[in-house]
Amino acid sequence: MPRPKAAVAVLTVLTVLGALVAAGCTTDKPTATTSSAAPAASDQASGTGDQASGTGAQSKFFVQADFDAQLAMRSQTPEGPANKPWEQAIAPKMIDTARYKKDGPYHLCFSNAAVNNPWRQVGWKTMQAEVGLHEEIEKFTALDAEGKDDKQISDIAELQAKGCDALIVSPNTTATLTPAVKAACGKVPVIVFDRGVETDCPVTFIKPIGGYAFGADAAEFLAEKVPAGGKVLALRILPGVDVLETRWSAAKVVFDRSRLQVVGVEFTDGDAAKTKSIVSDYLQRHGTIDGVWMDAGATAVAAIEAFEDAGLPVPPINGEDQQDFLQKWKDTGLTAVAPTYPTYQWRTPVIAALKILKGEEVPEMWNLPQPKVTSENLPAYLKPNMPPLHYALCGCEDLPGFPENWGGKRS
Amino acid sequence: MKRALPILAVLVVLLAAIAIANPFFLEPAGFLAFLKRAAPLVILAAGQYFVVVSGEFDLSVGSLVTAEVVIAARLIDGDESATWPVLALLIVAGLLVGLVNGVLTTKLRVPSFIVTLGMLLVLSGAVFLWTGGAPRGALSEGFRTFGRGGLGTLPWSVPILLVAGAAAIWLMRADFGRTLKATGDNERAAALSGVRVDRVKIFAFMLSGLSAAVAAILLGGFAGVSAQVGQGLEFSAITAVVLGGVVLGGGRGSVLAAMAGAVTLEALFTLLNLYGVSGALESTVQGVIIIAAVAAGAIRLPRKPTPRRGDAHAAS
Repeated sequence: MPRPKAAVAVLTVLTVLGALVAAGCTTDKPTATTSSAAPAASDQASGTGDQASGTGAQSKFFVQADFDAQLAMRSQTPEGPANKPWEQAIAPKMIDTARYKKDGPYHLCFSNAAVNNPWRQVGWKTMQAEVGLHEEIEKFTALDAEGKDDKQISDIAELQAKGCDALIVSPNTTATLTPAVKAACGKVPVIVFDRGVETDCPVTFIKPIGGYAFGADAAEFLAEKVPAGGKVLALRILPGVDVLETRWSAAKVVFDRSRLQVVGVEFTDGDAAKTKSIVSDYLQRHGTIDGVWMDAGATAVAAIEAFEDAGLPVPPINGEDQQDFLQKWKDTGLTAVAPTYPTYQWRTPVIAALKILKGEEVPEMWNLPQPKVTSENLPAYLKPNMPPLHYALCGCEDLPGFPENWGGKRS
Repeated sequence: MKRALPILAVLVVLLAAIAIANPFFLEPAGFLAFLKRAAPLVILAAGQYFVVVSGEFDLSVGSLVTAEVVIAARLIDGDESATWPVLALLIVAGLLVGLVNGVLTTKLRVPSFIVTLGMLLVLSGAVFLWTGGAPRGALSEGFRTFGRGGLGTLPWSVPILLVAGAAAIWLMRADFGRTLKATGDNERAAALSGVRVDRVKIFAFMLSGLSAAVAAILLGGFAGVSAQVGQGLEFSAITAVVLGGVVLGGGRGSVLAAMAGAVTLEALFTLLNLYGVSGALESTVQGVIIIAAVAAGAIRLPRKPTPRRGDAHAAS
């Protein structure tokens, strides 16, 4: 009976294909891979698409005002202790929190979007260590939403029933989590960090400068280092994700103004093998590539290896503050820059929560500094004993349990 | 060989199209780079072929590849001297996972579809739990040589691919191959004529596990440690096998055609990439191929009634 057998096979294969695709979408959230603050992007971009530079049309996520604000913030001096960037804030507008004042000990709660990528892992460990520093925190309850909006919505509701004194939220997506955060605001002081929500009811929103600054930092470096007319390859993880679109749209603005030629904008899915294949293909097609722009550093080493394996010098490139890239940079003397989306921001919400519960002022918008790694400050950030996927700007070096808890070795 | 002809024709057309778009492809270095990239999928397709032709599925290979790469990185942790022991361990682990799949399928009579789907989930869950979402450690240079390095312009992947391919063809020509096909065609008849059906199937699953281990060594070598390295490979492998004209449900198709199917699939992806088609289309293309290939197989069958004298009553 060959026919029914084949039909059953088709059905079963399709079922699983569907299931797997769906699973892939939820567990491998592109936004989480590089995690960046999401400006509430709703207005149509005012940026113009300059087709001549090869960057294509401007992203519909582009918001000129946010772009200008972020680029301006890069040159502002943050307020706060210089050796503790996670306590600093750029141009803070302080708000009074006396109405939240309460006697300790405190019960802090945290609704986490996910811990499914190295960036979030480093951050999560850092946050736990920060909690351990404060004796007045009697209890710390954290729920992991595993990258699912629906789980995070019920997590936030569940935490409200647990008698939290303050609730920290790292939203999985901006729009979907807004109602849940709004509901929680009425009951406890809420602190939001990393990605934002479309309401100002949280007491404070903590984030580094943002994606536009990240993308522009990298693109400006290439515009400076790559000779005029040079061919630049832009590698992106996925289209249509706001936190990644801001990085690319900022780079596009910079490239459109420059004299560089963007020969390709490709999507890597954040996959090292695919990245390496794409770069190899471009090297075959164009003979040479004079610069590589990346919206996230996780696959930067794979891109570099494509040049090495082709026997070509590695052109100016940007990565992120991940250990493997910094190590490669030092070992091979790259012309490189690493904009960051610092993981030390995971310390700030705990500090903010305690300030709020003690009735101290906090910034309404807590913009953390977002340094970039350059060849000058590279030695300060490179920690040879840390694992390859560690993020250097964890601000965790002074915390108890470092480096073992972050997977490092004591030298 | 005859069975492999249609897919070889498609492959030639695709290769020609690539060569037109990218003349570098015709140079030895360009073509070898393509083979190097295709090698892991071709080896996986050969492993999948054994399972498919015996009438089963192996959906666990993708997450097995991921698990092996992540485990290797953690165990080696940059230590050159650990390379060979870990390589041996990976091979053993691949065989072991195949053994478990095979035993559960044959002895406990759980459909292989469920067993290997379960194994996929178990492995990916275990990897996630063990790594907490981000792999640790690093592969040694020695480990990476197999997927990255080469002898002059000849990447190591290519001789590894040739050896694996030759071994697969040889296996299918040996007694094992005949009993495997007989099992897939009609398990009952094979059992009645003295084939140890369970043993043959378990061996097929172990071969698939072994192929996943080899693919993991090549992929980990090619691009380094990543928690996404094996994502979707089970479907690429099944698509490749089906594309090679191997019938899902078992009994028909050649291993050479399955491997040619994998090269064709890789060529198709390369071509799409060369023409700037988004990578997101890859899964769509695979889906269409699976449906079209199986549908084509199902349509063709009724047109070829095989009247044999004396067995009119046995026909189903």
